[in-house]
Amino acid sequence: MTADPDADAVAAAVADAHRREWAFVLAATVRVTRDLDVAEECVQEAFAAALTEWRTAGVPARPGAWLTTVARRRALNVLRHSGVERRHLPLLVEEEVAPDPRDDGAHGYPDDRLRLVVTCCHPALDRPAQVALTLRLLCGLTTAEVARAFLVSEPTMAARLTRAKKKIAVARIPYRVPPPAELPARVDAVLAVVHLLFTTGHTVPAGEELVRRDLVERALQLCRMLRGLLPGDPAVAGLLALLLLTDARRDTRTADDGRLLLLEEQDRARWDGAAIAEGVALVREALRARPPSRYALQAAIAAVHAEAPTWADTDWREIVALYGVLTSVWPSPVVALNRAVAVGFASGPAAGLAALDALAAEPQLAGYGYLPAARADLLRRLGRVAEAREAYGEALLLTGNAVERDFLARRLAELD
Amino acid sequence: MSRYMILIYEDEASYATATPEVMGEIYQEHDRFSAGVEQLGAKILGGEALEPTPTATSVRGGDVTDGPFVETKEALGGYYVIDAPDLDTALAVARTVPARFGGVEVRPVMVFD
Repeated sequence: MTADPDADAVAAAVADAHRREWAFVLAATVRVTRDLDVAEECVQEAFAAALTEWRTAGVPARPGAWLTTVARRRALNVLRHSGVERRHLPLLVEEEVAPDPRDDGAHGYPDDRLRLVVTCCHPALDRPAQVALTLRLLCGLTTAEVARAFLVSEPTMAARLTRAKKKIAVARIPYRVPPPAELPARVDAVLAVVHLLFTTGHTVPAGEELVRRDLVERALQLCRMLRGLLPGDPAVAGLLALLLLTDARRDTRTADDGRLLLLEEQDRARWDGAAIAEGVALVREALRARPPSRYALQAAIAAVHAEAPTWADTDWREIVALYGVLTSVWPSPVVALNRAVAVGFASGPAAGLAALDALAAEPQLAGYGYLPAARADLLRRLGRVAEAREAYGEALLLTGNAVERDFLARRLAELD
Repeated sequence: MSRYMILIYEDEASYATATPEVMGEIYQEHDRFSAGVEQLGAKILGGEALEPTPTATSVRGGDVTDGPFVETKEALGGYYVIDAPDLDTALAVARTVPARFGGVEVRPVMVFD
């Protein structure tokens, strides 16, 4: 116990516990309530109680255990007194087996976070619902914060969350970890949600800022949580590696004036060496799986960049080869596009353009701004100015991020 | 246990042109499906195959019209009602429902307390 902490210190301790423990506390409380809404209320009340009680009693040695105890006690009270009136949805389906002795939990309660996350990312829920539930229930974001993250109005997000929770209860999506045979597919859906959160934060699709730090941090935090829950899963290791290696460049992606800096222009000395070292070690582990996951291969490509001392030292042949393997485990026109860009550096812009033009008819790439942007760059390097100008114009029409638009406009102006 | 209806939506034209051999296969597939449901932890409570949509008659208010309520390429052609402990089990059953010319939709049956 800390003696007589002041209000700021308590608020900071509660905020820290919110970030670290929300998912654990909620997951453990859902086990008691078997109702997501009631559990959320009880957990919110526990955090509110912490704000006042920790001022008098001090910050507990194990805040997570304290919060779980309080939230579960409240949940039991709700169930005893007003459970029937307050619950408007059927009870969640739980598995009727003894708790796994391995999930002792650090707090004296079973660790139910894996159940919570696979339930939020159940394939019977669409991707926007999965993402919204994950941010709300695993990260403890308010509905307003989730709405802001995805640029929708708060009522729209509230309706999306309500609909998703109702489907979980009414369709009886079970609150449990699936059997081992089904687990990889379910974890895959969780990883897709985390990856989507990361990419949305890494390059904001529309807006003034290039990066949304909050989303990137949430994605990293979720991925670290999954790594803790599934330490032997190579796909989880691969995704964590990818996020770390990509995010290691965060401080160098824009100049002081906010201008976009390409990989070529970034100050590699300012890349986050600790994140790179951790990412590279994880890539090695993730690549041992056969076949390697898409994330492991993407991370391996990011690792080649991270380990090149200068832009000129980049091993483009290795990168092209890795994209080749990636195409075989995860055929996607976007991967083919990235491969074509790498070919443009490994074998020259003419070869890159040939690879890129083979993708011109891909319906999935119609309206994808990076296709004309990549084409414009290859044409520029080939000195085909008129065509490059046209491609930059097309890319500008399809790009919603202000920082990226500014980059394209500058390149276009340089052609004159 | 909860009740789910599994609605089978398939391309009617494919049925119309199916050979007797193909139809025989499909009937056998339904028999095999029925026999396997309990192993998945669920139970069939009922099910029917429907005559194709040209035989359907729709009624809205007082108006009677010839044809199905909604015209779709893949039309409701039959259903099963099952008892299953949760959606995962119901979906495992749904995956084994023969529907080579389309697919199925799983809907929880409403419970009135």
